[in-house]
Amino acid sequence: MQLTTEIKKDYLIVKLKGELDHHTSEEARKKIDEHYFNNNLLNIILDLRELSFMDSSGIGLIMGRYKNCTNRNGEISIVSTNTYVNRMLKMSGLLKLVKIYDSIEEAIRG
Amino acid sequence: MVEKNNNRNYMKIEFLSKSSNEAFARVVVAAFASQLDPTIEELSDIKTAVSEAVTNAIIHGYEYGEGMVVVEATIVDNRLDIIVEDFGKGIEDISKAMEPFYTSKPDLERSGMGFTVMETFMDKLEVESTVNKGTRVKMSKIFKSLSRKE
Repeated sequence: MQLTTEIKKDYLIVKLKGELDHHTSEEARKKIDEHYFNNNLLNIILDLRELSFMDSSGIGLIMGRYKNCTNRNGEISIVSTNTYVNRMLKMSGLLKLVKIYDSIEEAIRG
Repeated sequence: MVEKNNNRNYMKIEFLSKSSNEAFARVVVAAFASQLDPTIEELSDIKTAVSEAVTNAIIHGYEYGEGMVVVEATIVDNRLDIIVEDFGKGIEDISKAMEPFYTSKPDLERSGMGFTVMETFMDKLEVESTVNKGTRVKMSKIFKSLSRKE
């Protein structure tokens, strides 16, 4: 899995590419938290559009980042257009807590 | 030797309980299932279900220790049966473990969705477990792509 990050104002934008499972989510969690806390950011945007696979480990990863953002009064949003990823998000009930957008620009606009 | 059934096929793999093998296991089962002419959605379903079961074996069965995980798959006509087995610590209370969002390891940021995902994406799920002996997860899926053609 590949992970790239970008900072825009108080947003940490994280792009995930490849397969997100238990194995890859542990490294993703470390990297995201490092960028988020070291740069003292508020919000996170997770771009899942280029994920080819995601199991419930991805849900755990999002829930954990949701908690971090909420603790700082920030927000987490997801960019996803992938049917399978969306199905998993829906199943987990995460959509009640986190908003999904089609693009990063939309996610920033809120 | 059992009587030959041309509509039956079988495979078995065994690997060390390393998280890097989660991708290996799900890709192997998906490749085996490809002879059932699955839809992309069906393939994604079994990959996800296998991934969940193997992850459980690694995190909960062996608690990150070293052990062997066995994955077997059988095709009978248009049905795929998958068994994921570990020889680790076992599950004390299976029905509790199967409750949505229940996790015995909340500190690891596990969503507690593993069994729910397996139940949702497969047609049948059975869990057998003996404490200190191990856990055996049996799942089945009927491939509609093949039955539609007949």
